[in-house]
Amino acid sequence: MSALFRLTLPFVFFLIVNNVCAYDEPVKFNNIEHEERYQALIEEIRCLVCQNQSLADSNADLAQDLRKEVYDMIVAGKQDEQIITFLVERYGDFVMYRPPLKENTWLLWFGPFLLLSLALIIAIIVIRKQSSSDYTEPDMDDNQKQRLAELLNEELGKGKDKE
Amino acid sequence: MIRYLLPLAFFIGLVVLFIFGLRNDPRKIPSPLIDKPAPVFNLPTLHAPEITIHLKDLKGKVSLINVWASWCAACRTEHPLLVDAVAKDKNLNLHLYGLNYKDKRADALQWLNQLGNPYIESAFDESGSIGIDYGVYGVPETFILDKDGIIRYKHIGPIDKQQLDTIILPLVKKLEAQQR
Repeated sequence: MSALFRLTLPFVFFLIVNNVCAYDEPVKFNNIEHEERYQALIEEIRCLVCQNQSLADSNADLAQDLRKEVYDMIVAGKQDEQIITFLVERYGDFVMYRPPLKENTWLLWFGPFLLLSLALIIAIIVIRKQSSSDYTEPDMDDNQKQRLAELLNEELGKGKDKE
Repeated sequence: MIRYLLPLAFFIGLVVLFIFGLRNDPRKIPSPLIDKPAPVFNLPTLHAPEITIHLKDLKGKVSLINVWASWCAACRTEHPLLVDAVAKDKNLNLHLYGLNYKDKRADALQWLNQLGNPYIESAFDESGSIGIDYGVYGVPETFILDKDGIIRYKHIGPIDKQQLDTIILPLVKKLEAQQR
């Protein structure tokens, strides 16, 4: 009897500890689909206290509360859109890592492409200007041209050994 | 000449943009609740758990809801200013309510005993669920509600003297003057 007790004790202990943790973080789902949605949602939602962390990453008090809120809503049968609307109504679009495309987020979404195309246009203008200025015929009369040819021949004739 | 001035102008433009960018506090997120009806609450009061306070109790007057907690260090900084503002308010324009957020009742009561109680009443939001409805993410926060219970302003973080005198009080006065 006591051997059996000794054997089961760790399991009992494990269950208690498990329950204590679960009290804080109720992430037990009866339904795999719910669990996947929960995981996906808390990865997509920003913790407002530590703004560069998602709800899934953050240990802040508010993140715990909001995870619980998301959990409760999923278990209550709410759709993802309803949960997101709930949060956005309270905390604003900023709560989403991927805010919806609308008037005031237009620059956020397309700004980088705008800057890239601006940089491309400038690059094209600069390159064109340089290449056209590099290859213009020098403005010389016949005598000067001949003198230039002579000088060049002289230089080439000398090769590498200089006096 | 212009090919040298253009990059310089571009650079100065960027610097100006950065200066403005750096002045913005990224922790201050515009609330979607501005100009919307304040979320309804019905909570026990801090002093008497058997008495509840409802959003309806605030209507008809311009009121301020200050979210605070005894564990919140920044609230301690802000608190004397609130006590002082209410004490100086002879015309009784300041209807200041507290939302005691995720606190322990005994701690909160002791805090008010020590530092003074500027609130007409504090609602006791132990679970923080009303805090979530109000989009609270960093105490202290202060909401200004007009006579119809519409949120007209939200202040995130401790209010300082200058903000109280130049933003909060003038807005309360302005809203108070409005006809319903």
